[in-house]
Amino acid sequence: MTETPVKAVAIGASAGAVQALLAVLPALPARFPLPVLVVVHVPPDRDNALAPLLQSKCQIIVKEAEDKEPIEGGAIYLAPSDYHLLVETDRTLALSTDELVNYSRPSIDVLFQTAADAYGPELLGVILTGANHDGAAGLKAVREAGGLAIVEDPTGAYAAAMPLAALEACPSATIMNIDAIASYLSSLGPA
Amino acid sequence: MSEVVTETTEDLEIQLLLEALHQRYHYDFRHYARASIKRRLIHARSQLGFPTISAIQERVLHEPSMLPRLLDFLTVQVSDMFRDPTYFKALREKVLPHLRTYPSLKVWIAGCSAGEEVYSLAILFKEEGLYDRTIFYATDINPEALAAAEAGIFPLDRIRKFTENHRKSGGKSSLSDYYTAAYGRAAFDKSLRSRVVFSDHSLVTDAVFAEMHLISCRNVMIYFDRPLQDRAVGLFRESLTRNGFLGLGSKESLRFSVHASAFSDFVAGEKIYQRRER
Repeated sequence: MTETPVKAVAIGASAGAVQALLAVLPALPARFPLPVLVVVHVPPDRDNALAPLLQSKCQIIVKEAEDKEPIEGGAIYLAPSDYHLLVETDRTLALSTDELVNYSRPSIDVLFQTAADAYGPELLGVILTGANHDGAAGLKAVREAGGLAIVEDPTGAYAAAMPLAALEACPSATIMNIDAIASYLSSLGPA
Repeated sequence: MSEVVTETTEDLEIQLLLEALHQRYHYDFRHYARASIKRRLIHARSQLGFPTISAIQERVLHEPSMLPRLLDFLTVQVSDMFRDPTYFKALREKVLPHLRTYPSLKVWIAGCSAGEEVYSLAILFKEEGLYDRTIFYATDINPEALAAAEAGIFPLDRIRKFTENHRKSGGKSSLSDYYTAAYGRAAFDKSLRSRVVFSDHSLVTDAVFAEMHLISCRNVMIYFDRPLQDRAVGLFRESLTRNGFLGLGSKESLRFSVHASAFSDFVAGEKIYQRRER
């Protein structure tokens, strides 16, 4: 399935996100070479406890994204709560407080659309469990830029609405269950 | 010949539009963070019903009345009163005790947008008994935003969040003391802006205009590219009095700035910096 080598992974998740991410991210090997950009819908005003939780389970660095930060391989960047996370074409991260998109800030669409601009065919977009439609337009943009798209199997997802919406917008996406996603991502590591 | 990909054409159109706005109207967005500008322009294009970004350019060049509508899309800022309550708590508990030692004070809210931060600071300074000795400068590049800030009217459905934030910031009064609610809107008391100067000022092109004790510029510079951020921080550096304070947004930092050495962390977790002695 890989024609162009993947240079970055973008993941979007909403309801049920923590369990899904815990099934995927800790599986990434310590020498995982790619950056992983993650948008999770969390209530604003809540101190983001997700980064420390994931860090305690993961073999690579987990951090909240900072504005203007250069993207580096082998790190998981989480969108801070109440900010959109964007990728600039020079492959640095940017934050914004622009209005909500799909009732969400951060929005998966915002990350995926800007990452698709920056990485084109070198991007892999992954939509996991969720109870809304955020990420569908974003995943479509990833495919249109020539990138790869994976959607968590709706039948096994904690909440099916987001995977279903992503598949409707992006029928060519590959459907995988959560364990298959974990092992596929791990395989993107060093040979 | 290979096919030209759409995004490249669009990126070129954006570049040309920003150049046109600069040359014709002296609004300079050329060094704004491009990913956000692109999203805003694509949003503007669809909301205003244009087929292309180039079509926006043609219209705005020939019809100056189009400019304010476009500026609204390019400069839209969404904030809440007392956004990040812990920031205001830190100002109240850590910064204001220092400011209290001055007989008169100047505070600059740079990029004030619709004024949420202006009213928040005015209320904070009132509660702490410093309002009457302070002049506030509230600046923005968007004249309509400045007019909205000066009017101080917010939709009533936003007040609950504002009230909650104010309480969490350690507010000593009730937010409802400061506004009158009618027709679904909350009009803030004009005593909160009696000492506020609302003014057109660009961090991109304008210069230092007064010596400040506190500058609050939150979630404005995230929209700038690195060189423009450096220019803006340079302005703040020159504007601040010895040991003056600079407050940034919770995810902003001076760490990557060329001016980093001119400031020290004052309340690190809240991104409140202090100007080092010159």
